[in-house]
Amino acid sequence: MSTTEILFFFLSALALFSASMVLISKNPVHSVLWLVVTFFAISGHYILLNAQFLAIVNIIVYAGAIMVLFLFVIMLMNLNQQNEPQKNFWMKLTGVISGGCFMMVLVSLVRQTLDMQTKVAMTTSGDIGLIKNLGRVLFSDYVVPFEITSVLFLSAMIGAIVMGKKD
Amino acid sequence: MPIQYYIYLCLALFSIGIIGALTRRNVIIVFMCIELMFNAVNLLLVAFSKMHLAAATIADKASTVGTDGQLFVFFIMVVAAAEVSVGLAIIVMLFRNTHSVDINFLNRLKN
Repeated sequence: MSTTEILFFFLSALALFSASMVLISKNPVHSVLWLVVTFFAISGHYILLNAQFLAIVNIIVYAGAIMVLFLFVIMLMNLNQQNEPQKNFWMKLTGVISGGCFMMVLVSLVRQTLDMQTKVAMTTSGDIGLIKNLGRVLFSDYVVPFEITSVLFLSAMIGAIVMGKKD
Repeated sequence: MPIQYYIYLCLALFSIGIIGALTRRNVIIVFMCIELMFNAVNLLLVAFSKMHLAAATIADKASTVGTDGQLFVFFIMVVAAAEVSVGLAIIVMLFRNTHSVDINFLNRLKN
């Protein structure tokens, strides 16, 4: 087994385990911390796929900014294990069964697709994920969507301030 | 690495997100499960972009096929960040009015 395969299976197991722990842990703060672990595992996958720009952006934006925002909101509301609302057992069982059925249908679909049997994702090589290539395309072909995102952020910022303000 | 491994991994992550959105009642946890689903889709987009690159480099060594997929992931992250800021503002406003983060309270919106 090569190093790439060992890293792939380790990161996959870490991502699945910590994603499950997000659901299982009763304390919302622990859920956020497990989700940060999941994001780091996914960033590891990006590095394995040689998408270095996205790996860094994933860590900075998701694990850094968004998860800190979640932590702030949870601590602002003073949520803890005692006042955590719980669904009853049958509702949980129904949710797990329907999610499992969704996964089963898609897995059987992918297993039967002949087109996917032989395709291979290029790991640890290929330069399209480097910032040099992505930056050139972003500022030439995708410059209009890139500018529109600034308007999106401005509107999101104004919306968040207006909604968060005491009226 | 065969593309099927990545598809199975992302399907499992996406299904965990769906199960979480269906089984938990805390609105913040539901929101976090949606972020988890976003990340599963992002990882699959990157894996597919490298799959097409692997097919294209056989003919042309300096091919840049698949750059679009990685830029879409970048834009998804941008939109997710904007969505989280607005969504958390809504949750904070909801908490101030109802003093609860239980999604069952949201059915009050219909009146």
